[in-house]
Amino acid sequence: MSKQNNAPLIQISKRRELPWYGPIAIRAAAIVLALAACAVVTTAFTGENPLEIYHTMWTGAFGTPRKTWILFQNIAILLCVSLAVTPAFIMRFWNIGAEGQMLIGGLATAACMILLGDKLPNPVLIGIMLLAALAAGGLWGAIPAVCKARWNTNETLFTLMMNYVATQLVAFFVIVWEVPKGAGKIGIINQTTEAGWLPQIGSYKYLLNILIVAVLTAAMYVYLTRSKQGYEIAVVGQSQRTARYVGIKVGRVIVRTMILSGALCGLAGFLLVAGTDHTITTTIAGGRGFTAVMVSWLANFNPINMILTSFLLVFLERGAGEIATNFGLNHSFGDIITGIILFFIIGSEFFIRYQLRLRKNAGKEA
Amino acid sequence: MDKNTPAVSLQNISKSFGGVPANEHVSLDIYRGEILALLGENGSGKTTLMNMLSGIYFPDEGQILIDGEPVVISSPKDAFRYGIGMIHQHFKLVDVLTAAENIVLGLKEKGRLNMEQVAGRVKEICEQYGFEVDPNQKIYDMSVSQKQTVEIVKVLYRGADILILDEPTAVLTPQETEKLFAVLRNMRSSGKAIVIITHKMHEVEALSDRVAVLNRGRFVGDVMTRDTNAQEMTNMMVGHPVTLNIQRPEPKDPKPRIEVEGLTVRSEDGVLKLEDVSFTARSGEILGIAGISGCGQKELLEAIAGLQKVEKGSIRFVEDDGSRDELIGKDPMEITSMGVALSFVPEDRLGMGLVGDMDLTDNMMLRSFREGHSVFTDRNGPRKLAAQVVKELGVITPGLTTPVRRLSGGNVQKILVGREIASAPTVLLTAYAVRGLDINSSYTIYELINKQKQAGVAVVYVGEDLDVLLQLCDRIVVLCGGKVSGILDGKTATKNQIGLMMTTVGGTREHE
Repeated sequence: MSKQNNAPLIQISKRRELPWYGPIAIRAAAIVLALAACAVVTTAFTGENPLEIYHTMWTGAFGTPRKTWILFQNIAILLCVSLAVTPAFIMRFWNIGAEGQMLIGGLATAACMILLGDKLPNPVLIGIMLLAALAAGGLWGAIPAVCKARWNTNETLFTLMMNYVATQLVAFFVIVWEVPKGAGKIGIINQTTEAGWLPQIGSYKYLLNILIVAVLTAAMYVYLTRSKQGYEIAVVGQSQRTARYVGIKVGRVIVRTMILSGALCGLAGFLLVAGTDHTITTTIAGGRGFTAVMVSWLANFNPINMILTSFLLVFLERGAGEIATNFGLNHSFGDIITGIILFFIIGSEFFIRYQLRLRKNAGKEA
Repeated sequence: MDKNTPAVSLQNISKSFGGVPANEHVSLDIYRGEILALLGENGSGKTTLMNMLSGIYFPDEGQILIDGEPVVISSPKDAFRYGIGMIHQHFKLVDVLTAAENIVLGLKEKGRLNMEQVAGRVKEICEQYGFEVDPNQKIYDMSVSQKQTVEIVKVLYRGADILILDEPTAVLTPQETEKLFAVLRNMRSSGKAIVIITHKMHEVEALSDRVAVLNRGRFVGDVMTRDTNAQEMTNMMVGHPVTLNIQRPEPKDPKPRIEVEGLTVRSEDGVLKLEDVSFTARSGEILGIAGISGCGQKELLEAIAGLQKVEKGSIRFVEDDGSRDELIGKDPMEITSMGVALSFVPEDRLGMGLVGDMDLTDNMMLRSFREGHSVFTDRNGPRKLAAQVVKELGVITPGLTTPVRRLSGGNVQKILVGREIASAPTVLLTAYAVRGLDINSSYTIYELINKQKQAGVAVVYVGEDLDVLLQLCDRIVVLCGGKVSGILDGKTATKNQIGLMMTTVGGTREHE
């Protein structure tokens, strides 16, 4: 009698705690596998040498000092937005309105630069710009939070919709302030006077932004892990019932945290407008508000890990762009490479938590 | 069928989760026409073992034989094919469907579905074993015991003749338990094999033919029920002798502490949860609250703790000098700042009392993190408290940085109770403090509660095991559908009396 063995071929079970190097090894293996998979895809579709492609990616990111500075500037802004959304995420408040909060912060900054440009001394102006950006971003975060706390509205939809409102507001004011009339854009604000431009440190245009975000990263880490407010955020995120049980005012924590989250997004908008771009457009946030969601999740909401994950995403993006121009390939090819690499890295998280075991007694009964 | 061939034979079964063994080399036989009680402490692997039989888990090692034939059970479907049906602690029913619809859900029968035929077959099963089920009643209209009946009929409908019940009596009144036992006895005489997982010794003695004991994932042994007694079984289960007496020290100088008067509470959707409830809890006394689950106990405790909106009535805290403070309309923070040291062990331990993903230290901090003016938290105090609770209450944990979710039910409860007692309360509210705990942990909790009583704390103990309520409490308030059905003296009340009062206000036998 032949009995069909229908025992599962692969069993999935939770891993025991890995030693500290375990997760690192698994992630490293994922990257190696991802590069190998990309190599196959590259050769199959383009006939190019994959090593050359990788080299191009590297030079796209680090090729010249200027490229390296741009890389770090992009990391800084992305990291800033990621840090901003993190407290909300820990609270399980799915703020996907970072894009709009950035835009509105940038708009407030630009408004101050245009309207108060030559009327105030520069340090005062910059102070007012900063406050306006924080307030505008905070307001944009507070509105969905208040509605959530009061009427339990869905924060995901609400913050998403707020993005469109912010974009349309920016579009409106771009026409109001367009220079020259009919151009449909604002152009560089205060190009001659440089009023409201953030000061440069030496000859490094981006260094100030990078330093500000570095300090912010450390501060956010301490806030989340050591402060009473950070603890409250974690409790509310884990269980609102527990929070009420110990007397935490849940609604107040939600609103307070979203004001912080929105204000920090506003800060990112401020750094972009006052620090580097010196103009405002509807696309200035460049999708960072959404990429930040991935940065924050991939880093497990840990600000220190976010340095790595934001680096990874910006590196891939810069590298992909370089491949497209250098090899005359469609820009989508770079995105395919990025997609493959991200797939492997996100997929590797599964293997950190679970292990697979092949059926042991296969063939034993035969 | 040959009586000597076991219906199910588990041979040398092992299973581990993330390196932690849940079952190690367990061998166990289950016979037809017999009720087997599976006993063991929390985390001893009873449920895991049975889950492997019902196809939810797959064993790492070992062999399962059905009627002497080796089989492989890798899904619940396989289990059904071999006639194995399991009734879980948490029911798996669709609320908006009727009993009959739930029963046929997921079955793939040929031809069109004929609900009348299904209802007829359901009625047949009910008559055969003495169930009472209306096939056309919706699940959301049913009591817990009716839902359980539907679960049992569901597996019988699918032709199960090996039934596994995981703590079936935890949610039933004594009268409902009796009914269930009668049905199970009927099934036994019709030749079905029945396994019942339980913690309650008197049920094991009343119902089972044979007892199998697990301890820390290993099979300790099996004995015929008639040849053993509660003390012996407990010793086997725990691995060393334990005493099974609950102390009831005399209340010392009882003074009114909490006065509840005319309390009326509605749930958010307007359902009356408590109606005109009045009683007094005294210091140095344990006040028991008995009632079918869901008839207002939760709302009552949460109202006292400042977590529940109250429609009418008053809850007053009485100071030693006789002055009274109203607690209604205050949140937990305000109650604390009034100087009322009120501790609350809620029913939902990980969803309310603790944060599952946080470690022991951070959970200890929940009550105290606001202390001091610094914006930063101080984890030294909570860490010391955690270490102290672990040591004094014998909490089994890999360390203070382990998320409490990873610990077993008994250890989770010890941490919660330990934290609540640590703040030296004057009032201690506990809801189902020993639900799901094994004997050993339960007795530790009873002892802790008694110590609080002797220290002059007014204890309110909401319980479900009437035997325990009768042994532990000085007075017992019986709730029925949100009303006070009566207040009894714990020393003189009987189980039957309470059971009747739980189902009818005043306890008279009007509608039987």
